Amino acid sequence: METIKLICIGCPMGCPLEVERDGDTVTAVRGNTCPRGDAYARKEVTHPTRIVTSTVRVQGGVSPMVSCKTRSDIPKDAIFAVAAALKTVEVAAPVAIGDVVLANAAGTGVDVIATKNVAAR
Amino acid sequence: MKNVDLVIIGGGPAGLAAAIAARKAGIQDLLILERDKEPGGILNQCIHNGFGLHTFKEELTGPEYAARFAEQARELGIPCKLNTMVLDLAADKTVTAMNKEDGLFQLHPKAVVLAMGCRERPRGALNIPGTRPAGIYTAGTAQRLVNMEGYLPGRRVVILGSGDIGLIMARRMTLEGAKVLCVAELMPYSGGLKRNIVQCLDDFGIPLKLSHTVVDIRGKERVEGVTIARVENGKPVPGTEEHFDCDTLLLSCGLLPENELSRGAGVALNPVTGGPAVNESLETSIPGVFAAGNVLHVHDLVDFVSEEASAAGAHAAAYILGGEQAADARTLPVRCENGVRYTVPATLRPACAGDTVTLRFRVANVYKNKKVAVYAGDTCLFSRKRPVLAPGEMETVLLKGDVLRAHADAAQLTVTLEEA
Repeated sequence: METIKLICIGCPMGCPLEVERDGDTVTAVRGNTCPRGDAYARKEVTHPTRIVTSTVRVQGGVSPMVSCKTRSDIPKDAIFAVAAALKTVEVAAPVAIGDVVLANAAGTGVDVIATKNVAAR
Repeated sequence: MKNVDLVIIGGGPAGLAAAIAARKAGIQDLLILERDKEPGGILNQCIHNGFGLHTFKEELTGPEYAARFAEQARELGIPCKLNTMVLDLAADKTVTAMNKEDGLFQLHPKAVVLAMGCRERPRGALNIPGTRPAGIYTAGTAQRLVNMEGYLPGRRVVILGSGDIGLIMARRMTLEGAKVLCVAELMPYSGGLKRNIVQCLDDFGIPLKLSHTVVDIRGKERVEGVTIARVENGKPVPGTEEHFDCDTLLLSCGLLPENELSRGAGVALNPVTGGPAVNESLETSIPGVFAAGNVLHVHDLVDFVSEEASAAGAHAAAYILGGEQAADARTLPVRCENGVRYTVPATLRPACAGDTVTLRFRVANVYKNKKVAVYAGDTCLFSRKRPVLAPGEMETVLLKGDVLRAHADAAQLTVTLEEA
């Protein structure tokens, strides 16, 4: 049994949350003032996820960089692995929004896709 | 001198939304002037997600949000002169601009929408002691260098100011391999969103030092370190100094509406917002000159910039088409009380109010369990409970046009906070 302290991000209230966890099971959430806080706390202590956004280099484009994001959220502890994998990626212009710049990023099963159109030079 | 019905100064989110709304309202002859090489403004460097939840009901990145509006403007055939710098706006609405193709040129529009956005408060405006070495950037400059130009401005970073751009850059620099040592915030609370504190600082173990500021910068050619101290009653507390060896200091200390052109034209500015004082039609003190977005007051959410700018574009169209002939309509001042710092609009003509008027405002401090109330004289027109209000979160009140018209003879409107 352990108690984890979080700040709820659901709204500007920023309720201080206390989550009691027994292994993978959340046994209690305290401090929340609405159901969103409860849901946030449970997800955040069992399987926290994030969308990762970054940039990769473009060859032959009107801009040297193209912005990108993971198509869906990935486990929080894979953030640095995805960021590291993106460092080696270089794509050729033209790039369109939604183009895959890195498939199955760092083994997460999630593709990284372009979020900007970059025309060829 | 070329004639054009409507000139929109700035092709960021505000300018694009204003242009789209004006075209949809029947203005054929309009032109966006944008100084960058592409439309979209600051959104192009805001590569993080969280944009568009209100407008598109999904979380987009900045460039994706910009692309949706740029695409819509393109489909509507709205012309946009890129790489074009507006040099002057005159009181008679003459726009002087220049670019490589046309050289110096002038336009004489019937109406203008100001959509120049805002700028970051630079070091020179902050009175930080110490030397003046390289390695001190505003957070937005660093954001442009990293996200658009592909350069990392430094490897060991201290950030002063906990505005959202500073928080976002703490995470961005970390992901690019820099070490962010801490974020110092002068105020006892952060100006940034809770979500950004959790996901940009806590996720990476970056300390946020509230009530702290930079009291010294060391280094001759390049930043070598900064000293941070605790602040009490606005003064650094001796003995609380903490030294950080770093090569970079990022500043995220507030945004200022960019109104050099507006001032040149003689547009009256609101001293609280730094933006034009506008009426319910988002029209400035010069008839036919409208303003929207961050040039008017700094927003938290681009969705509200788009919404406001759409309204400005529609009002500009109505002005051009001759619909709004209400120069003699009664004007009510909007007074701010009990922690309401300002409102946009600052004055209101009930006769011109349309179906609804959106009042946007900010509060001066963090308040809990209050009621936002709007009065016309002694009559309460609107009241809503708010469990929490914070300076970092813009508040919005919708007032019904017919209710306003029913109280058109009131001396003023008052927006206030009351005990809930």
